Amino acid sequence: MSEAQTVELAAVTKRYGDALAVDAISLKIPAGKYCCLLGPSGCGKSSTLRMIAGHEDVTDGDIMIGPRVVNDDPPAARGTAMMFQNYALFPHLSVAENVAFSLRMKGVAKEERRERAAHTLELVSMTEFADRTPQQLSGGQQQRVALARALMTDPSVLLLDEPLSALDPFLRVRMRSELRRIQAELGITFIHVTHSQEEAMALADLVVVMNDGQAAPPREIYNAPRTPFVARFIGGHNILEDEGRTITLRADDLSILPDARAAEARRRARVSEIEYRGPDVRVGLETDAGESLTAVMGERTFFESPLREGSEVALGWQPEAAHELSRDG
Amino acid sequence: MTERRPRSFYVLALVFALFLVFLYGPMISVLVLSFQGPEGGLVFPMTGFSTHWFQRLWEGGGQVEIGGALRRSFVLALVVMVLTVTISVLAGLAFRRTFRGATILLYVAIASLIVPSIVVSLGIALEFRLLDDAIKAFGTSAGIDWIQNDFVSALGPFTSGLGAHLTWTLPFGLLIMFAVFNRFDPAYEEAARDLGATPWQTFRHVTLPMIAPFLIGVAVFGFTLSWDELARSSQVMGSQNTLPMQLAAKTTTVTDPEIYALGTATTGGSVLLVLITFTLISLMQRRRAKRG
Repeated sequence: MSEAQTVELAAVTKRYGDALAVDAISLKIPAGKYCCLLGPSGCGKSSTLRMIAGHEDVTDGDIMIGPRVVNDDPPAARGTAMMFQNYALFPHLSVAENVAFSLRMKGVAKEERRERAAHTLELVSMTEFADRTPQQLSGGQQQRVALARALMTDPSVLLLDEPLSALDPFLRVRMRSELRRIQAELGITFIHVTHSQEEAMALADLVVVMNDGQAAPPREIYNAPRTPFVARFIGGHNILEDEGRTITLRADDLSILPDARAAEARRRARVSEIEYRGPDVRVGLETDAGESLTAVMGERTFFESPLREGSEVALGWQPEAAHELSRDG
Repeated sequence: MTERRPRSFYVLALVFALFLVFLYGPMISVLVLSFQGPEGGLVFPMTGFSTHWFQRLWEGGGQVEIGGALRRSFVLALVVMVLTVTISVLAGLAFRRTFRGATILLYVAIASLIVPSIVVSLGIALEFRLLDDAIKAFGTSAGIDWIQNDFVSALGPFTSGLGAHLTWTLPFGLLIMFAVFNRFDPAYEEAARDLGATPWQTFRHVTLPMIAPFLIGVAVFGFTLSWDELARSSQVMGSQNTLPMQLAAKTTTVTDPEIYALGTATTGGSVLLVLITFTLISLMQRRRAKRG
C-alpha cells in the first residue's frame, strides 16, 4: 500500500457560472488521518471532494497532495481514489472484474489481476462473492466492493462521498466501524463527506464543518463550537445571549433547578415539550424572554421528579459550562 | 353484492377490439389469401388451399423481378443499420456536452421527420440531377472518356437512396440515444477515469457495454425503417428498385394472389429478424446473469 499523504487546500474556490459553490476554503489534513467534511446539503462539501479527486476543475486556489500541487493532474495521477455515493459499480462486470478494473486498464495480465483482486476482496470479506454481479449484492456488500475497487489503485488518499447514506441505519453503524478498521489497517488518509454530525463524530480524527471552515477534533467541535452556525449544526446546543455575550451551552449542561435552589436561577421558563428517548429525556423550554431552550437529562434523574408540560421551572448552569461564540461570519 | 364492471370497461374493450382488428386483421387476411387455391382470385372466398402462389413466387414466374430487389433492399437496410447505430451513438455522445448551436442542430436533424417523405425524396432526386449535370459538364470539359460514354446518373440505392433512408432513420436513432444518455449516470465514467482508464478505454469498457442493449434496439429500428420504406425511396433509387417499390409496382399490375405470397414472405422475414434479435438480447442477458 502507498504511504499516506497530507492534503492541503489553499483558498480553493469553485464557481459554476455565477453561482459560488465553494468559497476560498483553506484546510490542512495531516497524513493518515480520518477527516470528515461535514455540512448541510448544498454547502459545497461534495464539490470540494470532487475537486480533490480531480473530477471537478478548481476555479481558483491550489490543491496539494503531499508535496505536489495537483490542480492540473488527471484523477489517476493524484494518488487518490474515490468511492462514489451510489458506488458506481459497473453492472456488466462481475465483482472480481469490477475490483480488477484498474489493473485491466493498465494492461496487467489476467492471472495477476485475479490474484490481486482476490487479495483485496479478502480485506473487505467479500471473497465468496467474487463471481456475482453487482445487482445480486445488497447495499452493504456493494459498498465493500466499491471500497475494494478503490483500494486497488494503491491510493495514498481515499475519498468517500456520502458512503453510508444509502444504507439502512443498522447497517450504517456497522459499516462505520468497518471503515474505521480499514482506515487503521491501511494507515492512509481518508476524506469522508457526510451531512450527519453523528457519523462525523463517530469516525473522524478531524471534523471540518463546511461553510464555517472550523476544523478540529470531534470533542473540540462539540465542546467549543466557534460560531452559532457550527453549534446549531452539530446539535445538542443551546445558543443564548447572556450578559452581552453570545454563548452556547450543551443541552446536558442546562439544569432544571429544584425549588430549594430556585434562587440561583439564571432563567425562568415553561416546559413546552417532553420527549422520552430511552437513555435520556429531552425537555423543550420557553423562557420568559421568549428563547427556546433544550435540556437533556438522564432518564433516571428525570423520573426522580418528573415534570409536566406547562410547568414553570427555574434554569441554571455552571459558569464554566458556558462557551462564548464569535458571530457568524 | 356482486362486483360489477363499470360501463367504461365495455367502451374501452370495444376500442381495444377495434385496435386489434385494424392491426392484425389485414395481416391475417393477406396471410390466409396467400394460400389461395390456384384458381382463386384476389379476394375472398378461398377456392381451396395451396402453396401454388409461393411456388410461382419462388420460380420467379411473376412479371417483375423480385430476387434482385430483395437482395438490394437487404444490403441497403444493413448499411443503413450500421450507419444509423454508429452515427447515433457518436451524435448522442456529442449532445451530452453542451456545445454552441446544439439546439439548432437538433431541430435541423428532427425537421426531416416533419417534412413529408415524398417531398424529401423529390428534393434529393432534384439535387442529384444537378450533381449529374455537373459531373457530365466536368467529364466533357476534362475529356474523361467513361463519363462521356457510360455515365448516366449518380442516383442509386447506395448514393441518393442511402441518403434518403438516413434522413428517416437518423432522427429516430438520435432520439433513442437521447433517452438512453438521459438516464446514463456519468458517475460510471468518472469511476472509470478515477481507476485510470483513458477516455477511449472508458468508452470501450464502460459506456459501450452499458448502452449495448439499447443499440440493438436502434439497429432493429434502422433496419426495419429502411427495409419497408417506400415514399422516401420512390424518387431516388435511379434505375434500380427496392423491394417495397417492387411490391407497390406489383399491386398496380398484378391481378393474382402472388402478391399476397410475397407479402407473407417478407412479413415472415421481418418477424424472423425480430425474433432473432430478441433471442440475442435474452441470450446476452442470460450470459450476464449466469455469472452469479
